[in-house]
Amino acid sequence: MKKAFLPLLLLAAAMFAYAPVVIAHADYESTMGLVQKVMYFHAPSGMVMLISAVVCGVASALYLWKKDPAADRVAIAAAELTALFGLIVLVTGPLWARKAWGVWWVWEARLTMSFVGWLIAVGYLFVRKYGGPGSDKLGAALAVFGTANVPFIYVSVNIWRTMHPMTTVVPTLQPGMRGAFWFSALTLFLLYGLLLTARIHLERQRTALDQLYLAEED
Amino acid sequence: MMRRLLLVVWLLAGVAAPVLAFQPPAAQSEYVPVKDLPPVDQLPAAPLLVAAYSFIWLAAMFYLWTIWRRLGKVEAEMRALEQRRTHSSR
Amino acid sequence: MFVRTALLVLRKDFAIEVKSREILYTTLLFALSCVLVFSIAFVKEGEPLEDAAAGILWIAIEFAGTLALGRTFERERYGETLRALLLAPAPRAAIYVGKMLGIVVLLAVCELLLVPLVALLFRSRLFEEPVLLVALLLTGTIGFAVVGSLFAAMLVRARTRDVMLPILLYPMTVPLMIGGVRGTVALTQTPVDQASAVMWIVLLLCMDAVFLILALWTFEPLMTE
Repeated sequence: MKKAFLPLLLLAAAMFAYAPVVIAHADYESTMGLVQKVMYFHAPSGMVMLISAVVCGVASALYLWKKDPAADRVAIAAAELTALFGLIVLVTGPLWARKAWGVWWVWEARLTMSFVGWLIAVGYLFVRKYGGPGSDKLGAALAVFGTANVPFIYVSVNIWRTMHPMTTVVPTLQPGMRGAFWFSALTLFLLYGLLLTARIHLERQRTALDQLYLAEED
Repeated sequence: MMRRLLLVVWLLAGVAAPVLAFQPPAAQSEYVPVKDLPPVDQLPAAPLLVAAYSFIWLAAMFYLWTIWRRLGKVEAEMRALEQRRTHSSR
Repeated sequence: MFVRTALLVLRKDFAIEVKSREILYTTLLFALSCVLVFSIAFVKEGEPLEDAAAGILWIAIEFAGTLALGRTFERERYGETLRALLLAPAPRAAIYVGKMLGIVVLLAVCELLLVPLVALLFRSRLFEEPVLLVALLLTGTIGFAVVGSLFAAMLVRARTRDVMLPILLYPMTVPLMIGGVRGTVALTQTPVDQASAVMWIVLLLCMDAVFLILALWTFEPLMTE
């Protein structure tokens, strides 16, 4: 398993480096033109952010009820990645919006709640770092609450019809765009998996170190 | 710590460049001939696209680097502990 | 048993508060100061900005509520009564509900003063539909108290509890604040936008339900060491 990490990482990097080529060959969108191609990174990053938030929430719930330390490790790794991919979404989105909508930001449902979701992920990381004793349980409860936000972020764009594209866009993509989209999505999913694995490994090593310290004291 | 801080500043600067370059134009308040009006939204899209793509690269690499650094620290501590143990058990 | 425990906890907090009224008075005064500061920011040439009253009201409730939460649980921490409460042979969730109701009552008393004051200072016609206004304030306040009481209880033992409570609470209560403010704005329109206000009240109720269920689930494993 461990041996596969570096080759897979190189594969992800290669795919990501090749992505602009694939995207350049995708169909040109009529109303937004070139800037629409940000979607090939923005939408999959959004998917990864929401998936990561759910992973964090489920792992946190497992930790709260089953007290499984492995679940806690997954939770903290997933929270960091929610914050990372959330940041990517919140930066690439406005870069697209500035050209497509004329403004950097609009206080509409999906944008606002995505920002809130990102703040909750960052709050989780703060709690784990500065919360003191009992912060693992506190963070876990926060993550459970944050996961309740995820379905809302997803459907909000269908309920409140604003400038942000609806969820029907991705399933009904034109054939010319589908290839590029799923290639980029696959790249980002692969990257997510690799980063998650690496982060969980770090957490496992930290736990092992703590146990070494404890064994030394005995 | 300083290096990490510098890297973050560099990353933000990379994002700030298109942000600063594409501020919406100031509103006209006085009499302005029609032909002298600023062109409406003639933003080149390519810099925005490039900025978005580069940001993802930089963010992912930065994160991977922080994991690598933290892992290095933990493993160094583990080795130090192992050495202390083998020394004390002699 | 559940309801009795909750009401007992509520009565205990009420009895302590009635004696000194410390938290009530300081929270009220803080809310007033908030309104003052915001009025300086949002009043232009003596005229309040449109719809500013709704926003200011809910921000004042949120800030004052955060302070009240911190102080209430600080009191528990100082007297080390939280551990005693948890040791009692009572359902833990009932203790949580009791504390939560205490916060709701405290904030309700604050709102009794705040709402007419904001209406007066910002010349806002908040009382066109009093029933809807009360429903809106109640659902919003309950939601805030549900989330706030849980987080404040969790943070009692944390070192950085004073700053962590707002950091954690404000993002989580954004949906409640949005609902409260937009509902209040709907109630101050001419004519009153009843449909919107009712929609926001229903949304707030759903949010309250979700938050309450999550809080009741997580309180037990959280407070166990």
